[in-house]
Amino acid sequence: MQAFTTMTGLVAPLDRVNVDTDQIIPKQFLKTIKRTGLREGLFYDWRRQKDGSQDPAFFLNQPRFQGATILLTRDNFGCGSSREHAPWALLDQGFRCVIASSFADIFYSNCFQNGILPVVLKADEVLATMEDVLTTPGYQLTVDLGNQAVTTPDGTRFRFEMDPFRKDCLYRGLDAIGLTLQQEATITAYETKRKAEAPWLFRDFRP
Amino acid sequence: MAAQTLFEKIWESHVVRAEPDGTTLLYIDRQLVHEVTSPQAFEGLKLSGRRPRRPGATLAVPDHNVPTTDRTLGIADPLSAKQIQTLEENCRDFGIMLFGMNDIRQGVVHIIGPEQGFTLPGTTIVCGDSHTSTHGAFGALAFGIGTSEVEHVLATQCLVQKRPKTMEIRVDGELSNLCSAKDVILAIIGKIGAAGGTGYVIEYTGSAIRALSMEGRMTLCNMSIEGGARAGMVAPDEKTIAYIKGRPLAPKGELFEQAVQAWQQLKTDADATYDMTVTMRAEGIAPQVSWGTSPGMVTGIDQRVPDPRTITDENQRESTARALEYMGLIPNMPITDIKIDTVFIGSCTNSRIEDLRLAANLAKGKSVARGVRAMVVPGSGLVKQQAEQEGLDRLFKEAGFEWREAGCSMCLAMNADVLQPGERCASTSNRNFEGRQGAGGRTHLVSPAMAVAAAVEGHFVDIRTWK
Repeated sequence: MQAFTTMTGLVAPLDRVNVDTDQIIPKQFLKTIKRTGLREGLFYDWRRQKDGSQDPAFFLNQPRFQGATILLTRDNFGCGSSREHAPWALLDQGFRCVIASSFADIFYSNCFQNGILPVVLKADEVLATMEDVLTTPGYQLTVDLGNQAVTTPDGTRFRFEMDPFRKDCLYRGLDAIGLTLQQEATITAYETKRKAEAPWLFRDFRP
Repeated sequence: MAAQTLFEKIWESHVVRAEPDGTTLLYIDRQLVHEVTSPQAFEGLKLSGRRPRRPGATLAVPDHNVPTTDRTLGIADPLSAKQIQTLEENCRDFGIMLFGMNDIRQGVVHIIGPEQGFTLPGTTIVCGDSHTSTHGAFGALAFGIGTSEVEHVLATQCLVQKRPKTMEIRVDGELSNLCSAKDVILAIIGKIGAAGGTGYVIEYTGSAIRALSMEGRMTLCNMSIEGGARAGMVAPDEKTIAYIKGRPLAPKGELFEQAVQAWQQLKTDADATYDMTVTMRAEGIAPQVSWGTSPGMVTGIDQRVPDPRTITDENQRESTARALEYMGLIPNMPITDIKIDTVFIGSCTNSRIEDLRLAANLAKGKSVARGVRAMVVPGSGLVKQQAEQEGLDRLFKEAGFEWREAGCSMCLAMNADVLQPGERCASTSNRNFEGRQGAGGRTHLVSPAMAVAAAVEGHFVDIRTWK
């Protein structure tokens, strides 16, 4: 996984609440057996007008937001389906950071598995920044994971909270499975103890 | 020992290792796998040369892509076919139990886990699917995960987790005639909002919950995620134990007796506390109909479509207006005036035998309204078989409903069962997001009873007084 330390990037605004993962990437793009190449499906329906042509008003279709690496959005981003295709599609489009006033739990976890930093800012900070992004061409933010801060072009700093373990894994780009496998002996000890207490949980269903 | 909630008891018995900051390596007893969210996980194992730690703790089934029409014809969509074939290959390569597309035990993953006795009280259960919360109906800690975590569980049988907060949702009293678990959970989501449960595990308590059948409790827990909670649960009781007994994958004989003794301890202690409690009265819950594009946008059948102009909160006003535009609804119109084109009875929320029995008996001797397409998709091959043995398929067909093979079908429309743009559907499924059942499609979430009545009348009606 790619590490995330600090980045400065163009911000794209998605000024909506409760954006669900069905909108981030619709069902027809879930038939893949790969993690890559999902950019085409990102916000597929919202990018289009009723006649199927590209909607020039949608932010991803506007020239000024091309090359954006930070997505700014509102409450409960990523709700609904657990599909990890949502962060895969965002990453494929070039987004390394999503800033929102809140996230749905599963999407939030999925970001960390893919080198994407999800940042929770206060609702008023998000709204003020959204306004600035919409009115200022080329608006950029600096996101510093080490110091857990987002800095605006005028030098305002917004602090954000972050779980220390998740931060460390993302900051160093660690392989989560590899880390757990280092606990092999502890897992085996747990299984031995648990098997004695609750043997019915250890039935082997292999064909 | 300090008083504990049901959740805390299950959590503590699964801690492999806890760090001082609360980061916990949690043991996962069982994993369910389907074709959509697993290929990249198996690919990851192959690329890193890892093997599943306990392949015998996993059950796989294709459900999202399967056709609900005659399967001897195969799958027309080559991508769907490839995804199902990939699941079959991965299960063979890694020695994982699979119910294939033509196995009578095949069905929606959250229907077959309980049906087979794979889902047990006190266990931790995961699946790369947000509706894994369904299994909490048995007093299990069950939650949806992403594909990377599917791979993590396959490789290690563990997940790294932070302990969530606990929320009690207490519903006391008696439900009105033909009001169901579906109406209860929709009313709960309407009350707490689509993000109200974020960061929490919900325990449903109270006399109205205890009175629900296991099928009803599954419907209830299934939609916990629509309220933002990754998991919802109901403490096991005699109904739970009776449901599990004798199921093919459940423990048998002495092992079963031993398990039952442990399951009887799985309840929240009298003086345990939750981080948050929400209370409701069952009598106050009318049959629910969603009118918008988020499950929290829901109201009673005796209400009207909201008027954005009367909403003071700016965000809520904007999202309501946007939802009404998408849904093609007029502010203040009575819910009963909403006419529908399509009815879908199915999904992991409402496709169990109890749902089909109720729906078939309401459809008996009636006819689907002219111009309405109505379909019934049983949750599993075994549900379908049982329904046919009871003659339910005949009642449906005589009333003009299509009777299909088991699968996820029009709940998310990954197979051929898709709404056309602008088409309006009364659906017993769980999500009314834009385009969920097909691009431009309009979904109203309802109970099976409400869906049947809407199919017959061509618009929503109050099931409590419907003749």
